[in-house]
Amino acid sequence: MSTPEIILRNAAQLVKEPLIDPKKKYADVNNDVCAPLERLPNFAWWKAFGIANVCLLIGLTAMGLTIGTGIGQWGLNRTVGWAFDITNFVFWIGIGHAGTLISAILFLFRQKWRTSINRSAEAMTIFAVMTAGLFPLIHVGRQWMAFWLFPYPNQRDLWVNFRSPLLWDVFAVSTYFTISLVFWYIGLIPDIASVRDRAKNKIRKLIYGILSLGWTGSARAWNHYETAYMLLAGLSTPLVLSVHSIVSFDFAVSILPGWHTTIFPPYFVAGAIFSGFAMVVTLLVIARKVLGLESYIRLVHLENMNKIIMLTGMMVGYAYATEFFTAWYSANEYERFVFINRAFGPYGWSYWTMVTCNVLIPQLFWFKKIRRSLSIMFVISIFVNIGMWFERFVIIVTSLHRDFLPSSWSMYKPSIVEVGILIGSFGMFFTLFLLFCRVLPTIAMSEVKGVMHGEQHGTGEAGHHASGGAHG
Amino acid sequence: MANSMAQVKQVITQAEAHMAKKPLKGVVGIFSEPESLKRAAAQIRDKQVKEFDAFTPFPVHGIEEAMGLKRSFLPWVTFISGLIGCAAGLGLQIWTSAVDWPLNVGGKPFVSLPAFIPITFECTVLFAGLATAGALIAVCKLPNMNPDILHPDLTNDKFALFVSAEDPSYRETEFSDLLKRAGAIDVRTL
Repeated sequence: MSTPEIILRNAAQLVKEPLIDPKKKYADVNNDVCAPLERLPNFAWWKAFGIANVCLLIGLTAMGLTIGTGIGQWGLNRTVGWAFDITNFVFWIGIGHAGTLISAILFLFRQKWRTSINRSAEAMTIFAVMTAGLFPLIHVGRQWMAFWLFPYPNQRDLWVNFRSPLLWDVFAVSTYFTISLVFWYIGLIPDIASVRDRAKNKIRKLIYGILSLGWTGSARAWNHYETAYMLLAGLSTPLVLSVHSIVSFDFAVSILPGWHTTIFPPYFVAGAIFSGFAMVVTLLVIARKVLGLESYIRLVHLENMNKIIMLTGMMVGYAYATEFFTAWYSANEYERFVFINRAFGPYGWSYWTMVTCNVLIPQLFWFKKIRRSLSIMFVISIFVNIGMWFERFVIIVTSLHRDFLPSSWSMYKPSIVEVGILIGSFGMFFTLFLLFCRVLPTIAMSEVKGVMHGEQHGTGEAGHHASGGAHG
Repeated sequence: MANSMAQVKQVITQAEAHMAKKPLKGVVGIFSEPESLKRAAAQIRDKQVKEFDAFTPFPVHGIEEAMGLKRSFLPWVTFISGLIGCAAGLGLQIWTSAVDWPLNVGGKPFVSLPAFIPITFECTVLFAGLATAGALIAVCKLPNMNPDILHPDLTNDKFALFVSAEDPSYRETEFSDLLKRAGAIDVRTL
C-alpha cells in the first residue's frame, strides 16, 4: 500500500459515521416518522397488541385475585415478607432509568446521537414507572387505603413517618413520574404541531391541535423552549440518580446483612441504567424495523447503547465483587454467611444466572462485529433483562430467607398468582408502548432536524454530501 | 322570555367579538433554509423593527442574535420555585414531625434532618420542574386554540419571517424587497 493510500484510509476513519441517513432531507423526517401514525396498523402490530393484551388480562385476573382475597394468595411467608412483588417493582423502576439518562444526561453532555432514540426511551420510562407503581400499590394489602401514603390533613391528626425510606420512595417515584411526563410532553409539543399541520382529517387536526397547545414554531417561543428544556434536563439528571438511590435505601437503611451496605445507591443506579439500556435495545431493534425507521435509528445508535451496556455491566460486576470483599473484610460472621449462602446456598442457581447474564455475556460487546449485529445484540439485551430481574430477586430473597435465627429460616416459592402479575406487568408495558407507536411520533423530529448534516445547507440540495457526517 | 333570549344572544355575540382575534397584518417571507432566514432577520433587526418573529421547524442556532432576542428569564423561575419547593418540603416534614404532633419514632430526634433530606430534595425538583414547564407554557402564550399558521410546512421544512404592520417603522415595499433579496422563496403581504 502506498503512503497516500494509507493517509486516505486513516483520514476516512476520522470522519464520524452520520447519525441520520445523509440522503434524507428535512421533509423526509416528517414523512417517515409520521407514516406509521397515518396508516392503519399492519398485521404484525395487531399480533403484538393481541399478545400484550392477553398478558395484561392474565395480570388483571391475578391482581383481582390478590385484591379480592388478600396477599395470602402469594408465596410470601414469615421470613420472606418481600419477594416477587418488590423484585418486579425495582426491576421496572430500573428499566425507566435509561430513558431519563438518554433524554437528560446525554443532553447535558451534548451527545447528539440521543435525538433519534430519546422520544421512545422517554415513553419507555413513563410506561415502566407506571408499571412499577402498580406493585407497591398492590402490596399495601388494603389498596383502597393507599392514599394514606401521602401526608394529608386527616381527622386522626396523624402524619406519615417521614423517617421511613418507604415514604421517601413514595415521593421519589411520584416526583420522577411527574417530571418525566412533563419533560416528555414538552419535548412532544413541536412534533405534535407537525402532525397537526399535516393532518388531512378534521378530527385529527382538532385532537393534535389541542395536544400541541397551538405551537407555531415562533423563534421567540423556541428561545424560551430551549432554555426550559435544558433546565428540565438539569433537574432530571439529579432526580434520576436520586430515585434509584432512594429505592436502594429501602434495603440499605435496614440492618439486615446483605442489604445494609453503603455501596447500594451507586450500585443500584448503575444496574438501573444497565437494564434500562438493554430494554431500549430490545424495543428499538424491533421498532425500527416495524416502523421503517432504519434511516434514523441506525447501527451507530445501537452500537453506542451497547457500549453503555458493556460499561454499566462491568460496574455492576465490580459491585458484586466489592460486596463479597466487604463481607469477608468486615469479619462479621452474619455478613459472611449471607454472601456464601447467596452464591452457594439453595438459591445459588439464581446468583449464577445473574452473574452469567450481567457480567459475562455483555463482555461479548468488546467485539465491534457483535456490537453491530442486530440479532446478537437483541439476544444479549434479553439476557441482560433476565439477569437484572434476577439481581433484584437475589438481593431480596437470599438476604431474607436465612436471617439471624436458623429456627426461622425458610424457602420462598412464587405462587401462580405472583407469576400472573409479572406477566401482566409485561402486558401492560407493551400495550402502552404499542399504543404510543400508533398515536405519537416515535422520533423527536424537531431535534433530529437539528443534527442533520443539511442544517447548514437547507433542505438538502447542493453541496451537503461532501460534508457528510462532519457535523454529526 | 323572548326578551331574555335576545339578551343572551347579544351577550354571546359580544363575547365572540371580544374573543375573535385581530387578523395578522404585515409581510411574511418563506425561506427554504435557515441561513438566509438568519440573514433576513438580522437586516430587519437593524431597521429597528421590534414587532417581528421567525417561525422554524426546529430551534435554529444563532437566530436569537439575529433577531436581537434576550436570554430567557426562565432560569429565575426554576431557581425561585426550587427554593420554595425546598422550603416547603423541609418545612412540612419539620412541622408535622416536631410541631404538630411530635411522635417518638425509634428514639430518633423529632427533627431528623438527615432523614428529611430525600423528601426535601424531591420537593425541590418537583416544584422547580412544574413551575418551569408552567412558565414556559405561559410565556409562549399557550394554550392557543386558534394559532395563526402562516404556512403548513413551518413545522416541516420551511422557515418564515413575519414583520407586523403594527410596528412603527413598518414599510411594506421596503421589507418585502428585503425579504426577497435575502433569499425568500415566497413573499406575501397579509
